[in-house]
Amino acid sequence: MDLNLKATELSLALPGTDDLPEIKTTTTTTSNQIKTNKRSSPDIDASVTDESRSAPTPKAQVVGWPPVRSYRKNILQGKKVEPEMGSGMFVKVSMDGAPYLRKIDLKVYKSYGELMKSLEEMFACMIGLYSENDGYKGSKHAATYEDKDGDWMLVGDVPWEMFVTSCKRLRIMKGCDARGLDL
Amino acid sequence: MSEDVGTSTCKPKTSVTGEYSVTNPDQVLENVLENVLIFLTSRRDRNAVSLVSKSWHRAEAHTRSDLFIGNCYSVAPIRVTGRFKRIRSVWLKGKPRFADFSLMPADWGAHFTPWAHAMAGAYRALEKICLKRMTVTNDDLGIIARSFLNFKEIVLVCCDGFGARGIGVIASECRNLRVLELNEDEVLDEEFDWISCFPMEGTSNLESLCFDCVESSVNFDALERLVARSPLLKKLRLNRHVSIGQLYRLALRAPQLTDLGTGSFSLPEVIGQQQDENLELDYGHAFAACRSIICLSGFRDLAPEYLPAIYPVCANLTSLNLSYANIDAQQLKAVIRHCHKLRVFWTLDSICDEGLQAVADTCKDLRELRVFPIDASENAEGPVSEVGLLAISLGCRKLESILYFCQQMTNAAVIAMSKNCPDLVVFRLCIIGRYRPDRFTGEPMDEGFGAIVKNCKKLTRLAVSGLLTDRAFSYIGQYGNLVRTLSVAFAADGDTGLKYVLEGCTNLQKLEIRDSPFGDSGLLSGLHHFYNMRFVWLSSCRVTKQGCLEVARRLPKLVVEVFRRDEEEGGERGDFVNTLYMYRSLDGPRADAPQFVKIL
Repeated sequence: MDLNLKATELSLALPGTDDLPEIKTTTTTTSNQIKTNKRSSPDIDASVTDESRSAPTPKAQVVGWPPVRSYRKNILQGKKVEPEMGSGMFVKVSMDGAPYLRKIDLKVYKSYGELMKSLEEMFACMIGLYSENDGYKGSKHAATYEDKDGDWMLVGDVPWEMFVTSCKRLRIMKGCDARGLDL
Repeated sequence: MSEDVGTSTCKPKTSVTGEYSVTNPDQVLENVLENVLIFLTSRRDRNAVSLVSKSWHRAEAHTRSDLFIGNCYSVAPIRVTGRFKRIRSVWLKGKPRFADFSLMPADWGAHFTPWAHAMAGAYRALEKICLKRMTVTNDDLGIIARSFLNFKEIVLVCCDGFGARGIGVIASECRNLRVLELNEDEVLDEEFDWISCFPMEGTSNLESLCFDCVESSVNFDALERLVARSPLLKKLRLNRHVSIGQLYRLALRAPQLTDLGTGSFSLPEVIGQQQDENLELDYGHAFAACRSIICLSGFRDLAPEYLPAIYPVCANLTSLNLSYANIDAQQLKAVIRHCHKLRVFWTLDSICDEGLQAVADTCKDLRELRVFPIDASENAEGPVSEVGLLAISLGCRKLESILYFCQQMTNAAVIAMSKNCPDLVVFRLCIIGRYRPDRFTGEPMDEGFGAIVKNCKKLTRLAVSGLLTDRAFSYIGQYGNLVRTLSVAFAADGDTGLKYVLEGCTNLQKLEIRDSPFGDSGLLSGLHHFYNMRFVWLSSCRVTKQGCLEVARRLPKLVVEVFRRDEEEGGERGDFVNTLYMYRSLDGPRADAPQFVKIL
């Protein structure tokens, strides 16, 4: 009979988490098995490593739990991502003169170069990267973006990471209009 | 057999010796029987009839037209086609439900191909095929399309393996097609315009077209033309590539619709003038034109400002599925207050307890409620709780079926529901946080589930969750004699729980258990009952190979499969078997088991 020391153990975990007493620990431990109060090894993805007593329940992704069909999960996950426009993930891209907008996921790109290339392909036009010396190298369009404060900025000024988190939407302007944004 | 069975054809002749003789008594009997049995539609009745005697067995086999096979591996196709000669409709189920939650390795089985071939030869007059959780290929669909001249209905639920090309073949070859329903299938991404495969001339017989799970865009013009030529079309479920503006056009073409699955309930982005024009369209008008709509679903990518468009039909709705729409309590209230006749309601928990209260206030006739989690992680803030459950139990007294996801629950609320809703047939409560006890008392959820089995005398399906001890299972075993399906996850203390269930639930058909401490001794306590069941699933429990071997040895007609989810051979993880899936079969172990599945 287990002494059930866990019942009297002090921990910093919130009530109602996995660390509750009453359940005996498992007898067989392998290197893969998580030593929590689960008796057999549930299917836990490799993202969970060790647990510490005082930490709250690990955010383990237990396979197939809760029992929501992946079909449904995918649809809802897609929706969770999109409204987060403020953190610069999916943003709308418009181009002056084009009747339809597009939407792109900024997280997919790792640099301005990649982004520009993709935009070029999408809108089949030449957009040059702005640089201090040359302005827009003779291109007809300029990429601008609306930032968190609602201001329209020229793409390329700030470091890429900062851009991704602050960009709310993109607009590809005609080159002649963009010059007005020079500070 | 009493002499009273005689009819006018059975005139006894008195011979010289005074004996009666009747010509071909068996034939007469069979003729009579066949004429009577045609009226028998219930599966259970038919099964009972077929057991009476050989001639009844034959007569029944001749007159059965609807075939239902709950586990495609329980019988070989050739045995089926050998016994039943005049089948018109087939309902076939493959993988067990836990396959939906990635607990089954891909390529495990449940292939429709052997069935397609067998039926193509034997059932020329086949009209209807329904498949659930089976792998169906485009070639299989081709076989269906070409083998059955009078083919009318195909319904695929949670199936995979086919794509737009296969759908296209059905559309083009099956001239009498009435029903084409694709329900939560995984459809292969094939760039193929299947909608255009429907004959584009003449009136179509189409009554039902559901393709909400098809992820690729459809040729809208072809769809519109098809709808326009289908005066019998009652059920139409669109996918998310159909915008609200396009829906508007379709609704005007099909005012006779009774069941509508909207596509994406929002506009594609269009800047400039076109956008303003679209905004001026009166979507309410389109819905008002469809006076017969009683079932509404879809609402993918919902733009909430368009929700008021459905008000004109709300008063007549008996079924509403908003489970893909992230709306809050206020937005829901505006809709639900019109829905007095609602019987079926599916929603996301984004509506919160407040939204559920609104449902309870209005939907007095509600029979089925499903509340899905918008955030499936374990430590998320739960927008619904025992408050919502209690409200529903007080407002919707006729409730028969509930599926409720939440983070926290109390025994009191569950007990209240057991008393307020005595008609419950299906009770599925999923407390997402594993091992969660009663939120206020800290006790296990035993009493709550115990009350459900005790008080809901019609209960046939139960799913349990939260912190549970053996006591809960003793209740289930004691009171759950009508329970046919039981789902258990992360529960109990030890073997006794399983023992209680297997010994007590005499009608148990489907048992699915994961991550619970049930071992060999519990497993073996069910030997007397396994032949009566459709299947038993035990994954990440504590059964060993020895235990499984013992079962296989004692029950030779049971197919005992052992495998690992990650397809490693051997099926074991440490000392225990990873997944045990067993079912009775008339034809022994299946021939198509992949390498990693071990059949003991």
